[in-house]
Amino acid sequence: MRIRLAAVMVDDQAKALQFYTGTLGFTKKHDVPVGADRWLTVVSPQDPDGPELALQPDGHPAVKPFKEALVADGIPFTQLAVDDVETEYRRLSGLGVKFTQQPADMGVVCTAVFDDTCGNLIQIASPNVK
Amino acid sequence: VAGLWRNTTLGAVSALTGKSPLAYARTVDEDVFKALADPTRRTILDELTGRDGQTLFEICGRLVTNHGLSSSRQAISQHLAVLQEAGLIEIRRDGRYKFHYINTEPLKPLRTRWVPNAMSSGPRTQSDSDTARRKENQ
Repeated sequence: MRIRLAAVMVDDQAKALQFYTGTLGFTKKHDVPVGADRWLTVVSPQDPDGPELALQPDGHPAVKPFKEALVADGIPFTQLAVDDVETEYRRLSGLGVKFTQQPADMGVVCTAVFDDTCGNLIQIASPNVK
Repeated sequence: VAGLWRNTTLGAVSALTGKSPLAYARTVDEDVFKALADPTRRTILDELTGRDGQTLFEICGRLVTNHGLSSSRQAISQHLAVLQEAGLIEIRRDGRYKFHYINTEPLKPLRTRWVPNAMSSGPRTQSDSDTARRKENQ
């Protein structure tokens, strides 16, 4: 058994694709029409055959209250790995990305949390070199 | 000057609340001392002093990783409510997010309560006192 897929639930798939590719730098892997929505996944250009991130529509009525409650308390549901949180924080801030937590030492990792503009907070983490 | 400032503050509060200044002071004291009596709540204030304006998520993360305090998120939320009740933190909403800020204002009367000259050695100046007094009188 292996893990090949993670998902974020987004309020608008087209906007999400723009953010996750244009701003974060992922590349599109699958884009298949499914009714009114799309089966839409992205991968890291550093690992094109690695795990995919699915940008799933958040239309189910249970999803929005769930997402809003997490965001109000600053809780990221999804974590992405970066080489260096500080560098990524500066790069993304420069692109206008809003952070709810600036880089902070959390023991063995450094983390920061940003808004994906699609209703989610995303945590980035890199190992802390001491 | 400090005494005058405090009396003026309490006088203004008294006029607003209809309570005697001493009764008000006692209530404020109880809330502040109760809030500060708990080590986790003091640690929360320490962490907010290091970086002001944190989400609940960041506060919980810092308590776990920096202090080994593995209280539940609900427990931390309740600690924050006690601190807010005492006026020691403020919660400010920014769009969909909630950030917690430390507020040391309720600690100021304590500085002069048992240490009469504390104000003269602190950063507060005559003009600060005047500003505070004007605010209270508005």
